[in-house]
Amino acid sequence: MAMLTSALLLGLQYALLALGVYITFRVLNIPDLTVDGSFVFGAAASAALCVAGHPFFGLLAAIGSGAAAGLVTGLLQTKARIHPILAGILTMNGLYTVNLAVMDGKPNLSLIGKPRFYEFLYTLFPDANKDALKTAAVAVICAVVVALLILFFRTVFGLCIRATGDNEDMVRASSINTNAAKITALALANALVALSGGLIAQTGGFADVNAGGGMIVVGLASVIIGEVVCGKRRLAGALVSAVVGSVIYRLIIALALESAVFSANALKLISAVIVGITLSVPAIRTALAQNRQKREALRDA
Amino acid sequence: MLDVQNITKIFLKGTPNAHTALDDLSLHLDDGDFVTVIGSNGAGKSTLFNAIAGTFFCDSGRIVLDGENITYQKEHLRAKSVGRIFQDPMKGTAPELTVAENLSLAYAKATRNLFSFALRKKDTEFFRTRLAALDMGLEDRMHTKMGQLSGGQRQAVTLLMSTMVTPKLLLLDEHTAALDPVTAQKVLDITKTVVSENRITTMMITHNISQALHTGNRTIMLSGGKIVLDLQGEAREKLTIHALMELYREKSGKLLDNDRMLLSDMESPPTSEI
Repeated sequence: MAMLTSALLLGLQYALLALGVYITFRVLNIPDLTVDGSFVFGAAASAALCVAGHPFFGLLAAIGSGAAAGLVTGLLQTKARIHPILAGILTMNGLYTVNLAVMDGKPNLSLIGKPRFYEFLYTLFPDANKDALKTAAVAVICAVVVALLILFFRTVFGLCIRATGDNEDMVRASSINTNAAKITALALANALVALSGGLIAQTGGFADVNAGGGMIVVGLASVIIGEVVCGKRRLAGALVSAVVGSVIYRLIIALALESAVFSANALKLISAVIVGITLSVPAIRTALAQNRQKREALRDA
Repeated sequence: MLDVQNITKIFLKGTPNAHTALDDLSLHLDDGDFVTVIGSNGAGKSTLFNAIAGTFFCDSGRIVLDGENITYQKEHLRAKSVGRIFQDPMKGTAPELTVAENLSLAYAKATRNLFSFALRKKDTEFFRTRLAALDMGLEDRMHTKMGQLSGGQRQAVTLLMSTMVTPKLLLLDEHTAALDPVTAQKVLDITKTVVSENRITTMMITHNISQALHTGNRTIMLSGGKIVLDLQGEAREKLTIHALMELYREKSGKLLDNDRMLLSDMESPPTSEI
């Protein structure tokens, strides 16, 4: 049970990361490596403001810093015409220094004894379980973000962004500024990733400058697990399934580590293997179907 | 409506491979003109369209559309008044979006602000009547992904998208060339109807000589980045395809070197294009 609730709490926080990755990877069709940096940027900004006594501003600052990181990657991609993957790597690398500076030069910032954004709930509901309150707060944030994203992608500008990822030539020929669409989408995606980092820093009680390594893998895994479990859906369904995927991913990780076969040191390898397997599911499915078709055709002949 | 004044475009300028694609070309189109454009490969037809649509800026010269100098206007801003359809049916629509979403992309972008909802209920009704007019059964497939439609259906939807908000100028770059003969004829018929109903000033590139003579009210022929023939009125009506090919030979000093032109059955209707 404890494992379930902790997986739910973590999964819902990482769900925002998954939503950000969904926007770049599936909507824009660009794997954006900025997330490894912007995740920590959000965590650092959030932690630094917690230390100063402003947990709510910490979350807002996380959103703002992520958007700024996305903006830089967007400008590198569109205005400077740098290859999208390289543009992301450049921003991610530069952010390492920025993150250290935000954390006052320290690689790790502890929040023990500092205020957090969810603590006002403890005074509002003194009898309730603290973990449940924490999870509820995160769940509300998640729900609001998903609802806002669904509304946004139904606006004219949202539709422009979706079309840009689908057929850029056509979008440019139909009086839409594709550069603006890409930059906005990258800023939005990284703002979500940084908010995820900001939440995790506060619920976990620390920010670490090295916490971002492999975040793109975590995000991709969640998006793809969501697609495998819920099926490939259109926009609203896909956003919800990214959240579901993120929670399932945390459960899988927790189960794998619980099983005593693996040590905690195996976390990264397990993650990579899970992503590798889930990414290849569509290919394996096609291969199996073709094999079956061939066998049946041979038998009937 | 459209005034192209002495435009020149040289690709790879200043290198040994410099190639003059447009050579001091001037062209004036009146309001409501429907001009067909012919010429062999490399004559500069598509380059002329790219110059007008703003894919690149010209080395010299001016382009004026409806009194506005658009010579240095960016492509996506120009696209508000210039509709364009390409030969490749994949190019004009977003395959992962539905038919209705594609249409609303063209419609809502022009009529609403960026943060209002793209697809409203009354739009759906409006799109349904426009799609029904195409007579392709698309009005019942509004929520199908664009990528699942055939090439002809996509070209028809693209045409609808480019003309739903009437453009000042419509550029058709061999938009029926990739379709089978029957569908090509159908899309051409829809084109003629849409253009004449809205009196859109239109330019259409085609490799089908008969189509070029029997569509629109004017025909120009390009060679080496220049307009070598400009036919309209009585002179154009009386002209046979053979006479036109003879004229081309005279003007450009060479034979028509395009396979498709030679292969097409010269005196038969345009549906016979292979």
